[in-house]
This record gives sequence, structure tokens and C-alpha cells, in this order.
Amino acid sequence: MEITPEKLRWLYTTMYRIRRFEEVLLEQTALGKSMGVAHTSDGEEAGPTGICAHLTDADWIGSTHRGHGHCIAKGVDTAGMMAEIFGKYTGLCKGKGGSMHIADFTKGMLGANGIVGAGIPLAVGAALSAKLKGDGSVGVSFFGDGATGEGTIHESMNLASVWKLPVIFVCENNHYAESTPVEYAVSVTDIADRAASYSMPGVVVDGMDVFAVYDAAGEAIARARAGDGPTFIELKTYRYHGHYHADDPHTYRLPEEEELWKARDPLPNFERKVIEQDLMDEVEMERIRNEIDQEIQDAVEFAEESPLPPIEELYTDVYVNYSNSVQGLR
Amino acid sequence: MTTTSRPNPLGPGFDVPGSEIRYREAFNKTLGDELRRDPDVFVMGEDVAGGAGREDLGIIDSWGGAFAATKGLIQEFGADRIRDTPISEAGFVGAAIGAALTGTRPVVDLMYFDFITVAWDQLLSNAAKNRYMFGGQGKIPLTLFARSGVAAGYSAQHSQNFYSMVAHIPGLKCIAPSDAYTVRGLLAAAIRDDDPAIICNHKKLINMSSFVPDESYTIELGKGRYLRRGADVTLVGMSYTSEVCRLAAELLAAEGIDAEVVDMLSLSPIDEDIVLESVVKTNRIVIVDEDTPRCNMATDIAAIVADKAFDSLDAPIKRVTGPHTPVPYSKPLEDAFIPSPEDVVATTKKLLGA
Repeated sequence: MEITPEKLRWLYTTMYRIRRFEEVLLEQTALGKSMGVAHTSDGEEAGPTGICAHLTDADWIGSTHRGHGHCIAKGVDTAGMMAEIFGKYTGLCKGKGGSMHIADFTKGMLGANGIVGAGIPLAVGAALSAKLKGDGSVGVSFFGDGATGEGTIHESMNLASVWKLPVIFVCENNHYAESTPVEYAVSVTDIADRAASYSMPGVVVDGMDVFAVYDAAGEAIARARAGDGPTFIELKTYRYHGHYHADDPHTYRLPEEEELWKARDPLPNFERKVIEQDLMDEVEMERIRNEIDQEIQDAVEFAEESPLPPIEELYTDVYVNYSNSVQGLR
Repeated sequence: MTTTSRPNPLGPGFDVPGSEIRYREAFNKTLGDELRRDPDVFVMGEDVAGGAGREDLGIIDSWGGAFAATKGLIQEFGADRIRDTPISEAGFVGAAIGAALTGTRPVVDLMYFDFITVAWDQLLSNAAKNRYMFGGQGKIPLTLFARSGVAAGYSAQHSQNFYSMVAHIPGLKCIAPSDAYTVRGLLAAAIRDDDPAIICNHKKLINMSSFVPDESYTIELGKGRYLRRGADVTLVGMSYTSEVCRLAAELLAAEGIDAEVVDMLSLSPIDEDIVLESVVKTNRIVIVDEDTPRCNMATDIAAIVADKAFDSLDAPIKRVTGPHTPVPYSKPLEDAFIPSPEDVVATTKKLLGA
């Protein structure tokens, strides 16, 4: 699939932005700056980047507890994300959601979801809206291998198939649901095989290779926009850190396995390819990395300097209208 | 205590054009009005049309909903807006929430209220919380209606009244109309409302008729009404127990006891003022709830009265509820489960020392 020079730069910038955000977030979490849990996605950058490269702000994505990469790939502001995770009033959700619930409706980011599998029907609903309104937009649902044991994925795939909805189901198979290996918990070797049960194409993609993801996503999203229904994409990928910031993954996986995956890291993988093909050079890539390093540093400073939410915020946004005083009920 | 003016308990209907229609017909009429009024409104659920996908065989609208609430709508609005679903409550309720978040106004027919538990995580974790946890981004104009209540041998899994479960959750609204007139006004208000609202339709009310104006109207969510004014005791009902209270008040009147009947209509938000206004006047209260007794709406209303009108009480707050059991099948057992007008009369007379 043809990639413009601008798109190529965007792919690299976006992957590096996710990587740097997650690394810095882990450092900041260790310093006690995050007010809650942080589930990082470094190692998995190629997936959301290659998928969202084909989306606009009018398209919706649904996300998971491990959602920072999805947010960033969809264009969500990293300073607003960092402030949210720091529990600040300037956060994208005014400090009321935290890492597991970052949303930005102006960017078509329908929210990270802390219940495994619960976000999948929402993306189907976004696609249902798109179909009813005929606006040509699509819904993309990101979820992990762990979610494929939940009923919602099966119900959602069936609904999307029988209603021929413009949905792309993106399974980020990072091989672990918390500490449980995929080969223990999932009945098939390739989760994409399950797509056949719902009469939709299912493709297995190297989730460490952004070009492979970009090609598969381009085809699936074009299919959805053309009214030809849903596609299931399984990305074989790996999370470099534990399930959440304080989880030591070495209690359930071997260093040798980690090294095998890190040898396929999506960033050097990209750099090697573009240099080989003379599409970008190291000077340009270094400039991009420096810019992003600064952006994430600025995001931390913004988050640190931002005010905490006023206590009145506890009681707002529960309803659009409610005739009882929410505060008065306690 | 503030005294607010309240609408005529008989509704505005008696000097406007209208007719006696059944509760289920009021549903149908209101859905038609709202589908016509707003192109973003659509209805989805199991068998809301029925026989879906067989139009080429001349089959259309074979059911029109399990209780015919949606009968005839597919002919006017088409299969996209009267959308049959697979039996997949978590999936399609979740999809309705996603659709509501992205600019449409879904109305879900969940058939039986008991099925809410199958879709519960979607309602609890998404519909109720998304707006809050996203810091006020997005709204969920979702209306969900389902048949609740004990009747006709539906037994343990098709008869429950989970009002209190819904009312317990911040972010959800819980509505309990008690006749065709209130169905029309509350359903229209819920569909036009920007929050997720769950409407309980009691099976025993579905075929009952009352006067309903021809013109569309709304009833404000969160407001109760008086079904009867009286001085001696306050009877509080919700959904079908409002009818039980009304019948009990007639029996009490025959024995010289003048009961006031408050029909809650909304359970979240809840009209505390009408309950307090009444009990401050009568000094005695009996709350009638068909739900099981632990942590139900009657308990919640009793707590409000104990907290805010304690000094007005001349007697303990009494609750008449279902027992702490599943709903049984056999008719005599089922009858024994349901709070009857006679049960309410007996409790009230004991309270009054009559």
C-alpha cells in the first residue's frame, strides 16, 4: 500500500510519541506523580499507529485499560493525557477518569474502558450511528487477547456481522492477560480464526511491523467505508512492561522470550526499513525524537503545574439534568 | 417545608380531546410521536417487529414486540429504525449506549425487566458512568423499557421488580409509570431527556385503560402525583402498587378511613417533597413496594421520611412488600407473594389502631 512522505513521518512520530509517553509515565509513576494505576503499552506501538493512520476525527475508536497508545494514535493531546493521569483539573476528563478512562470526543476517542471487553459494544454502537446517519464514518474497537474470553466480543461480532456494520475489531494479542498466557486461556492458536464463525474476514498481522498493520488496516477500513461490513484483525504483539506499573512480568515470563520480542521492536524495525529504502534519514528521525522528547517533558511540566480539581467537581457530570441535588442526597 | 402546586391528579385530559386507551397503546402512540418528531430516535430490541429479514416472503411486523408495544411502527419507520436484534442483551444494549454517545437516541425494548442483569455491566459501567468519568464529555440519551412485576405465572425469572437496583446507580434514571396517561408523558420525557432512563412497565398495568389526550405531552421526570387526597394516612405506591394503594384507599374509605395516595412515578430522581408534604399532613405512612424487602425502594423512602419528617410521625413507618423469596409459579403462592389491597388495608388499620 502506497504511503505518502507525510504519512511516513506521521507513523514514526506517532510510534515514538507513544513509546516516549509510556517510558516517561513509568518514571513519573515511580516518583509518585500518577494518582492511580498505569497500564503501559510500550512495545505495542505499531498497532494503534498503523490502524489510526487511516482514520479521521469523525471516526470513533473504543479502547481499553491499556489505552494510552490508542489515544495518542487518534491525535489526543499528550499534555491533557498526562494531566489526567496526574489527577489534575486540566486533564482531558478534569481528573475524574484517570489513565483507564481517558476520552476525547473531539478526536473521536470514545474512551478507554476499565472493564475488560466492555468497550467493544460501544464501538459497534458508534458504527450503528454511522450507518443510521449514513455519514461514512467507521468504528474501531481495540481489545486484548484477554477480552476474547468475554461474551461481549462474541455478541459484538455477531451483531456487526448480521447488521453489516462498518466496524474493525482489532485484537492486540500481547500474549498475556494479566499474568495468564494466551495459550492457556484461549482455545485457538490464531484468534483471528474466530472471525469465520461470524462470517467476516479475519487476518493475522505482525503487530511489531507498522507497515504490515497499515496495509491490513487500510484494506479493512476501506471495506467498512464501502459498506461491506466488519473485519477482524489480530495483531501479534508484546507489552514490554508488566500488566500495570507495579507488576514484575518476570514472575510469569522468561527474559529470553522478552529478548526475542524486543529484537523485533517496531521502532528500529521502522528505522531500518526507511533507511534501506531511502525514504527518511537518521538526521530527520533524530530531529523527530528530540521534538517528541521535548513535547513529553513539556507535558509533565504542564501536568505538574496544573491545579487540582475543585471539590465541587465531585458532584458534577453525573447527569445532564437531575431534579434532585446530587450533593444533597448524601 | 415548601408547598408546591401540583397538577390535577386526573391529568389535563378532561378538557382536551383524547380517549380511553390501554397502557400498551400509550406506548405505541408515544413511540410513533417521538420517531416522527426526531429522526435520530430509533427503537431496537428482540422481536420489536418480528420475523425480521423475510420481507420478500411478505412477512413483516409478525410480533410488533413481545407485548405489541411496537406493533405497526415498522410499516411507517422501516427496519432501520424499528430494528430487530438477536437475543444478545449485553451486545445490543452496549451498542445502543455507543449509538447514544455518538449522536442518536436509541429506545431499547428489553422485553422482561429481569433481562437487565444480562446487560447490567453495560448499563452500570458504561451508560451510568461514561459522562462522569469522561469529565462531562458525551451524553447518553438512551431510553430502555421492560416489563416488570409479578403476574400470570411468569415465575422466578420473568417477574422481578429491580427498581432499587437501578435507582441505586448514580447516572441512571428509573421511571415507573402507573397508567396510560403517565406512560405517554413519562416515555416522551425520557426519550427527549439526555440521560439514560429505564422505564418499568408492570405486566398488570399493560392492558389497563385510562384517559390519554390526543396531543403529545411530557411529564417531568422526578415528580410524583397524588392519586387521592386524604387526611388520615399516606399510602405510597410505585408502578402497579400505586393501583394497589388506590384500591386500598377505596376499601379504607368504606370503613371511614380517609387515605391519601401518592404515586411516585419516578424513583430516580425521586420526589421527596410530595412524600414529606403528605406525611407532614397525615402523620402516618404506609409504603407499598412489590419488590423483595431488603434494600428496596420502600426502605429508601422510609429512610427519607425518618430523616426529614420524624417529628411529624405519630406511628412507625410501615412497609408492605413482597417476601424475601424468589417469585413462585403456582397461583396461590403467587397471590401470596404480591402485596394486595387487603394487605395494605390490614397494615393501615393496625397502624391507626382501628
